[in-house]
Amino acid sequence: MQKLLLLGAEAIAQGAIDGGMSGVYAYPGTPSTEITEYVQHDELAKERNIHSQWSSNEKTAMESGLGMSYAGKRAMVCMKHVGLNVAADAFINSAITGSNGGLLVTVADDPSMHSSQNEQDSRFYGKFAQIPILEPSSQQEAYDMAYYGFQLSEKFRIPVMVRITTRLAHSRAGVERKELLDQNEVVLPSNPKQFVLLPSIARAQYKDLLNSFSGFVEDSENSSFNHYYDGTDKKLGIIACGLAYNYLMENYQDDDLNFPLLKIGQYPLPRTKVEKIMEECDEVLILEDGYPIIEELLKGYLAKEKVRGRLDGSLPRDGELNPNLIAKALKLASEEEILEVDKSIADVVANRPPAMCVGCGHIDAYDALNEALSDYGIGRVFSDIGCYTLGALPPYNAINTCVDMGASITMAKGAADAGLIPAVSVIGDSTFTHSGMTGLIDAVNENSPITILISDNFTTGMTGGQDSAALGKIENICEGIGVDPDHIIVFTPLKKNHDMMVDIIRKELAYDGVSVVIPRRQCVQTTRNISLNEKIKELNLR
Amino acid sequence: MKTDIILAGVGGQGILSIAATIGTAALSNDLHLKQAEVHGMSQRGGAVQSHLRISSKPIASDLIPKGACDIILSVEPMESLRYIEFLHKDSWIITNSTPFINITNYPDLEKVIEKIKTRKNVIILDADKIAKEIGSPRSSNIVALGAATPFIDIPFAAFEEALKQIFMKKGERIINANIEALRAGRAVADETLKQ
Repeated sequence: MQKLLLLGAEAIAQGAIDGGMSGVYAYPGTPSTEITEYVQHDELAKERNIHSQWSSNEKTAMESGLGMSYAGKRAMVCMKHVGLNVAADAFINSAITGSNGGLLVTVADDPSMHSSQNEQDSRFYGKFAQIPILEPSSQQEAYDMAYYGFQLSEKFRIPVMVRITTRLAHSRAGVERKELLDQNEVVLPSNPKQFVLLPSIARAQYKDLLNSFSGFVEDSENSSFNHYYDGTDKKLGIIACGLAYNYLMENYQDDDLNFPLLKIGQYPLPRTKVEKIMEECDEVLILEDGYPIIEELLKGYLAKEKVRGRLDGSLPRDGELNPNLIAKALKLASEEEILEVDKSIADVVANRPPAMCVGCGHIDAYDALNEALSDYGIGRVFSDIGCYTLGALPPYNAINTCVDMGASITMAKGAADAGLIPAVSVIGDSTFTHSGMTGLIDAVNENSPITILISDNFTTGMTGGQDSAALGKIENICEGIGVDPDHIIVFTPLKKNHDMMVDIIRKELAYDGVSVVIPRRQCVQTTRNISLNEKIKELNLR
Repeated sequence: MKTDIILAGVGGQGILSIAATIGTAALSNDLHLKQAEVHGMSQRGGAVQSHLRISSKPIASDLIPKGACDIILSVEPMESLRYIEFLHKDSWIITNSTPFINITNYPDLEKVIEKIKTRKNVIILDADKIAKEIGSPRSSNIVALGAATPFIDIPFAAFEEALKQIFMKKGERIINANIEALRAGRAVADETLKQ
């Protein structure tokens, strides 16, 4: 069969489709978005009626995936690393319920924070939940692990995490497919209490989970994703996890690697292989594209071991790895030796940070907000996650916070409680239905003096224009939650409407209660999206 | 053979189309390929790059090591210098000379060009102007690609075939416009190499 040229994210989607998946559940988030998009556009997935519509947030996605697994079918839940924080309650408890149909939780981490607020390592969550984790080093392994992951999940009746990082998610290479497997039929769990986490049942379920652990380790010992390569030079041993394996091997394209090498792709760690490398080598260098989890484990709290990595300075403590950092850790070459060129010729290069697009409605909304707020002084705008977060940069300097999905409304409420009045929230339509609505109830229940701008562009813009669960629903939601309809105001953010927008926002800032102001104009990146244009017309949104 | 290429530009300038073209051409020649892209926030008008590696042998890293990159192909002059530390002494810079100015502190263009010219192996072409002259102003990225083809060890015809595949759904007119753009860029490179 001819190889497919796939992004790592797409390889996971293809592996899951071929592995007999019945549904993918996800909320968009870089670098995980392309997994679900691939399923949405794949002809075979359509033919097989595989569920792929976006969920409102990662928690609803995780729970829907668990529901499909309960019903006996194979489901995959996808998210970026910080999305797992949103899904954490369902995720951790899914380890206690266990799965019925195969359940994969695919999490895309973003070391170096290319498009994220932090670089948390999802393997911690996997370890916390005490479930098996698969971590591919290549697009082919990404495919294989999604395919095999369902089998692993069904073997132990446990959710399995697939952890990737940005570089693999967004890098393309050839992938060979396997035989297409049938989907499962609907089959209820054999134990009708399995998913009822009442304390008495949960205690028994938790013991089952603990008892399964030795099986997980044994599976890791025999896994083809964990491989021990013998070496003659035992001065150093290397443990390379996931993608770090590639960066290591990049340094041995022309020469043989003579150190013993343990390549890790499946967790929990294969204990005997780890013991072997620790015993036979003088020192062991741990390569992880993320937090030093394995390194810390092997080093121990007292740091007695001969373990090297991010904790002893052999590698940087943060950020993603690359071939040069590993060359340095192996003392193969110094930075100076690597650089053959005169770097000074790049002195002229200016920073070019991302910016809101020309013609973007968020810009007009910010221009109006800035002017309306000039009477009150700076430091009172709480914002959220989306393209409008770029309003923090010059020339707008329009927002003062960006923490997590939905935090704009609740942080504004807390600040207003403290006496910062008026306090303003800026949130997008998709983020509002992701995690803003519950915070709005808090504000309404206390009649908090906050003004909430829901900058509605009909899409999840930052991740590339995916469907917004909020489309056509925002006023109804706000009214239903209890916002006074007289203080739910929609306008079109355009330069020509500037004065009108400033007046409206000024008036609402002065109101002693919850106001929702909705600047509403289609994202300029989506104007050629035919199905979206039809929906906008149907809902009479402009 | 092994060629490591960094594609440079600004989000929205079409470097992923260049990457797809080279990638398709490489695969049709049975070469190994790894190509790392930038998605997400930076695509909104920020500096973007793609590491593209092709080789007759399996490739380990998705990222090109510093000092190993053979070609920087840039659709914007200042961006051609952003990744300079990845180059080695004999690497080529192929760059469009039309700036994309979406920042207030864009440097003096003449100074940028002057800096680029301090390198031994350089092709600077006005891809925007050439694309306009052949009547397809949106193909300037493919013009720039054309100028890089002499340095990529893949037959020129394979690039034309790749364009046909990639733009298949967009119809004959778009395919032909892109092939013409590719040839126009190639002609500039051939001319420069003769001198």
